[in-house]
Amino acid sequence: MLRMVCFLLAITASGYSVADVSAVYGFESRGEEQRYQNLIAELRCPKCQNQNIADSNSPISKDMRNVVYQMMLDGASNEEIVESLVSRFGEFVKYKPDLDSRTFVLWATPAIAVLVGLLVVAGVVVRSRRAGTAAPALSSEEQARIDKMLAERNEGGSA
Amino acid sequence: MKRLLLFLPLLVAVVVGVVLFAGIGKDPTKLDSALIGKQIPAFSLKDLKQPETTLDEGLFQGEITLLNVWGTWCPACRDEHDDLMKVAREKKVAIIGLNYKDNRDDALVWLDRLGDPYRTVIYDPKGTLGFDLGVYGAPETFVIDASGVVRYRHVGVVNDQVWEQILLPVINEARENG
Repeated sequence: MLRMVCFLLAITASGYSVADVSAVYGFESRGEEQRYQNLIAELRCPKCQNQNIADSNSPISKDMRNVVYQMMLDGASNEEIVESLVSRFGEFVKYKPDLDSRTFVLWATPAIAVLVGLLVVAGVVVRSRRAGTAAPALSSEEQARIDKMLAERNEGGSA
Repeated sequence: MKRLLLFLPLLVAVVVGVVLFAGIGKDPTKLDSALIGKQIPAFSLKDLKQPETTLDEGLFQGEITLLNVWGTWCPACRDEHDDLMKVAREKKVAIIGLNYKDNRDDALVWLDRLGDPYRTVIYDPKGTLGFDLGVYGAPETFVIDASGVVRYRHVGVVNDQVWEQILLPVINEARENG
């Protein structure tokens, strides 16, 4: 019963918050609304740090959402909007930092990791090949013995 | 080769250790201001104490000032108030207040009761100048030089230690450089 009540509360509360947002910001088209959602999803809240301004409830995020919306109404491009926030709050507010000398290592790390992985795999393969050719697993004597044993077994099986 | 591989864990531990050690003592919630080295943004807002007067960025021309962002809703601002009073009494630097997202009556009562360390207080009920300054949480304190350029931003409470070790050296340096 308690679970049911909680569930219903959660449902009504979530519906309410969605209604609240669309009541505040009206958009001319679906596309514009999507653009707004994308923008606020990739801007980072300076106060709460690990949230984007879409998720954050802090007053500063609310102000930032307002500015994003107002600038969109004034016809600003995505770059202009992000740039205007970066000029006030710093590079920190971008979840995707620009590629420059400072962020190069950050961007290059995945490629470097893959490269190192490939080198390790290549090393292992080359080594095992080399080991295989340098020392054959069986001497010719042993091979002859095995052939003989197998032949005997096959004869036994067919008989 | 096998022997060298035995040192791999040690190498990894050293690298990870250096990276983690570099992070110790850094407070990730304190961000450098994007405005350092730039002119204070243009604004046109009322004076808190004289509602008929309109203030603008010309307020910061002519001498080094401390710009302190505060509000009566902010407990940490109450915490630093006595330290600001002390700085004001010692007259080391002029303090300009930015009353941020507050209402005038509450702010005036606060200054009346706790004392007024500010030469002038800019009244910014909607937080527009605060937003242009990149304020993300009061209290914040900016050092602004005589030509209106932002030299430093401190996020958090100003206490004796912050004043002596951070703000005063920045102010002195700004003075020396004219």
